Amino acid sequence: MADNNTERVPTVIADDVHIVYRVRGAGGGKGSATAALSRIVRRKKGEQRGVRTVHAVRGVSFTAYRGEAIGLIGTNGSGKSTLLRAIAGLLPTERGKVYTDGQPSLLGVNAALMGDLTGERNVILGGLAMGMSREQIRDRYESIVDFSGINEKGDFITLPMRTYSSGMGARLRFSIAAAKDHDVLMIDEALATGDRKFQIRSEQRIRELRKQAGTVFLVSHSLGSIRDTCDRVLWLEKGELLMDGPTAEVLKAYEKETGK
Amino acid sequence: MTARPSADDGLSPAQLAAKHGLTVSGARPGLIEYVRQLWGRRHFILAFSQAKLTAQYSKAKLGQLWQVVTPLLNALVYFLIFGLILEANRGMSTDVYIPFLVTGVFVFTFTQSSVMAGVRSISGNLGLVRALHFPRASLPVSFALQQLQQLLFSMVVLLIIVVGFGSYPQLSWLLVLPALVLQFVFNAGLALIMARLGSKTPDLAQLMPFIMRTWMYASGVMFSIPLMLEDKPAWIADVLQWNPAAIYMDLIRFALIDGYGSSNLPDHVWAFAIGWAVLFGICGFVYFWKAEERYGRG
Repeated sequence: MADNNTERVPTVIADDVHIVYRVRGAGGGKGSATAALSRIVRRKKGEQRGVRTVHAVRGVSFTAYRGEAIGLIGTNGSGKSTLLRAIAGLLPTERGKVYTDGQPSLLGVNAALMGDLTGERNVILGGLAMGMSREQIRDRYESIVDFSGINEKGDFITLPMRTYSSGMGARLRFSIAAAKDHDVLMIDEALATGDRKFQIRSEQRIRELRKQAGTVFLVSHSLGSIRDTCDRVLWLEKGELLMDGPTAEVLKAYEKETGK
Repeated sequence: MTARPSADDGLSPAQLAAKHGLTVSGARPGLIEYVRQLWGRRHFILAFSQAKLTAQYSKAKLGQLWQVVTPLLNALVYFLIFGLILEANRGMSTDVYIPFLVTGVFVFTFTQSSVMAGVRSISGNLGLVRALHFPRASLPVSFALQQLQQLLFSMVVLLIIVVGFGSYPQLSWLLVLPALVLQFVFNAGLALIMARLGSKTPDLAQLMPFIMRTWMYASGVMFSIPLMLEDKPAWIADVLQWNPAAIYMDLIRFALIDGYGSSNLPDHVWAFAIGWAVLFGICGFVYFWKAEERYGRG
């Protein structure tokens, strides 16, 4: 916990952040060609053709300080993951600004990996995609593979990733993602997948990463893990910041609201 | 817990950020810094392009052999249609026409597939753009690089065909290298432009095949422009021959084929080759960089 007597150093400042998604091909009504044509003809002023907007985050402001572990809670579709992407600078804000110290990163590398490639090549590709150097990857290659436990049941790392079971794939993805150190780390829910043994191992690894990182954001639906790891919680609902405070206080209100 | 320490009280978020040296997240870096970041990611760009190339045929039984067989089949189809059925050779001997045609098909395909991959490079990889940090130009450049490697496989087939039709290795073959480098720069620039356009308007991916086909027929891939337009005003042939696709095709034909002398090349051919590469390379890069912070929106 940060001490109020010493000066606290902000690492992330969100100033009235709004994020709007534009969804194509959801212009309302039927998806037939004639419907699309009539939409183009009868569109309202200022509205783009066939595009619907989703206002996912509405005016969120907060300041996060060094050493804090902040949990994000809220029902499905409340804008938690979207807010994380905006903090990471991956999604542009519609209005408002996010200021950060250094480069916050999302824990996750799934999008860079290719099922048609061997696990081996995916470790290298994923590492490079996260911005690691070739030397760093070479140094950590063994530990990544060992951590994933992919080779425990035979030489699977030289097989294409599409041949892995979903649990094995998830384990390798987590192992690659968790191989890098981060200043401001953001962890989205459901990362610790795989069997019980691997879950314990990955939770341990997340704790290590948290120690190295200056500030941690954790999105989760598991109130237990939020209670364990976070000292402050932001409660988002329909894109608005409903509550921001110490974990116990916010979770109590959240549990009352969701009827647990 | 949320109460700020007294020293920071009353500061606006922007002032607080300035005081502690925080910067706007996801802001676009300066052009030089951007080039530096892109250079820093060169290993990723190369690895990504090679991964895409390998992944293409990894399920096929013949595997990577398709890298060579696909261009070969392509050349065969064009030869059947334009060489045998339509007789588009217009007085060129078979020894010249077949290498001429195959070179044209391969070299144009290089540009064509760079453009097609460029259009989808951002819109088709939005998951990647929204998950990880890297200069977004890595993607279109990587796709152009993938096509360059694909072309190198085709070149193996091409060289065999060229030798098979009586043009033997000589010093002029080395001219292929600068021509390919220039074409790659041109293609990368074009892919960057298409990537930005395609990220805003994914419909372009549907439209591009038609544009590219028109461009192909206008560039003399399967016929010689000056021979075809003999009875038309000379400026039409000049303009068509100066278009970048025709320029790079002609240069590589000139380098490889014995019977395709400099009389077939338009004036100032190298100046145009360099000019197109520099123009599109620089403009494409700057144009793409201008929207760098917005690609995550999709």
